[in-house]
Amino acid sequence: MVAPSRTTAPAADEPPPPPPAAGPARPRRPAGVTIAGIALRTPYWVFTGAMGLIFLAPLLWTAVASVSPQPGTNQVNGWGFGNYVTLSHYQAGIWRYLANSAFVSLLTVALTLGISFLGGYAFARFRFPGRNVLFLVTLAILMVPYATLLIPLYVLLNQVGLQNSLVGVALVLAMFQLPFATFLMRISFEAVPRELDEAAMVDGCSSFSALWRVLLPAVKPGLITVGLFAFLAAWNDFMAPLILINDTERMTLPLAVSNLRGQVQGVVDYGATEAGVVVLALPCIVLFLLLQRHYVRGFMSGAMKG
Amino acid sequence: MKVIAPSRSPGVAPRGRSRPRSRQALLGWLYATPTAVFVVALFAVPLLLVVKMSMSRWPLLTGDQGINAPDNFVKAVDHRFFTDSVVFTLKYTVLATVLLLALGLGLALLVQESSRWNNLLRASFLIPSALGLASASLLFYVLYSPYASPLAPVMDALGFTFLGSPNAALFSTVFLIVWRYAGFYMVLMLVGLQGIPAEVYEAARSDGASRWQTFRKVTLPLLRPTLALTTVLCVTGSLLAFEQFYILTKGGPDNSTITVVQLIYMVAFQGQNDLGVAAALSVIVLLALILINVLQLRAFRTEEN
Repeated sequence: MVAPSRTTAPAADEPPPPPPAAGPARPRRPAGVTIAGIALRTPYWVFTGAMGLIFLAPLLWTAVASVSPQPGTNQVNGWGFGNYVTLSHYQAGIWRYLANSAFVSLLTVALTLGISFLGGYAFARFRFPGRNVLFLVTLAILMVPYATLLIPLYVLLNQVGLQNSLVGVALVLAMFQLPFATFLMRISFEAVPRELDEAAMVDGCSSFSALWRVLLPAVKPGLITVGLFAFLAAWNDFMAPLILINDTERMTLPLAVSNLRGQVQGVVDYGATEAGVVVLALPCIVLFLLLQRHYVRGFMSGAMKG
Repeated sequence: MKVIAPSRSPGVAPRGRSRPRSRQALLGWLYATPTAVFVVALFAVPLLLVVKMSMSRWPLLTGDQGINAPDNFVKAVDHRFFTDSVVFTLKYTVLATVLLLALGLGLALLVQESSRWNNLLRASFLIPSALGLASASLLFYVLYSPYASPLAPVMDALGFTFLGSPNAALFSTVFLIVWRYAGFYMVLMLVGLQGIPAEVYEAARSDGASRWQTFRKVTLPLLRPTLALTTVLCVTGSLLAFEQFYILTKGGPDNSTITVVQLIYMVAFQGQNDLGVAAALSVIVLLALILINVLQLRAFRTEEN
């Protein structure tokens, strides 16, 4: 489909195409400079603008509602941060849950980056027995439902003394990140010309120092994408902590905010829930806006493998 | 459609003086060890354990009580919510997949061309996908509530609530999922659309094809690999739906929105506390998922020929 906005190229420079060839079916619209152009494109702008607004509205509304007055919350009169105060005093306190979530997320990111950096290098540059089997089994993690693995993992982590532990949650979350991370790091390493690390090794570098000094800078964009996805997944994960953690002191933020509803005799504090959603969403949205290119790149490499 | 990047033919592989074959293999294993440890300890072993659990009496608190196969599978299939949850999960999957793929493709076509306005639109479609599913569900939990929602007057006037009846709850949840994931599928579709060479469109245009004809006869067939990937992703994700129903509808009203994964969680940790039956359900889900994905991939393949 040729979308109408193709005509945004400066029409003035173009030699006018032979009018009969263009035909009446496809009138050329100059780039909205003329009044007719603006008139023609206004419905398009209105329609797409409305679509965009539908996607943004729930987020904007939550942010506004979390500080606006509302009966039945801690912010009854006037605007303010009463709901956030409720949130900060909930059970172990929001700082505790923020710290738990940050710990799990950062540990997951560190583990995922370390493992997939070394693993991607191994799969891209070395031939060793069992290489393809290991790679395929790593990808097979994607095929297995979350719940199917979490039930036995709950038992296994209990046996090795990692029950009710944030480290255990991070280990599990890092494992779930491995298919995507290993795949992306492998294609990142394969995109780097072999001559680069071979030259370094001829110069006397060991394979490890070649990896560290020469290849690390070359695959940095891949690492940023992997780290970003690992962080978003770990920060937002709900099911793994739900099953693996049963101590209120050690809950992560999504779990705490979700439990916040219906604490006080079944009456839901919607205001505090809104504040919780804002606290949960803010880091994700900031990271998304900062690293949008890496974010989209991750999706694209995922699509390529299809 | 190949998963593995083309491996280099052995002739080209640099088996230089510095790296003889055995040393290379050793180094390769060294770098792959962390991956192997994680995959074995946290994926392969649990997978074997879940099979063993599905064949053993395994209460949550007392642990392994010995083999009792096939009792767990019988109990799983006989569970009073088993059939309902399977039917509901399939219904939800079809609805979510159709809507998400159609909307993803529609949005992709809308913002296909690169311009400042379209980049802005893409970003706004994509922002919800940065949110966690749990956060998004909590957000809509408030948005749908009859008390705090900005739509409360509308609900009052029309006399319905978003989560009040089984169908309303289903559609409200699907709306949440579409909101959260449409941008994601839009990006996948955009990647697919960019892979279609411009000459094909030029040819279609010079043959006098209308827009609709071009879309039907050119875009859709050439987009088949992308459509296969997105369908598999969307069906898999929807079949395993949990958070959105656990948080938003809590399985209600009248236990009408219980998905299969929710049933596994209920059996394992809420009341029944029977890990053996939960493991049996998990194994059933795993096998069903593999079967469904194989069938889908085969369907897309045979249509291609």
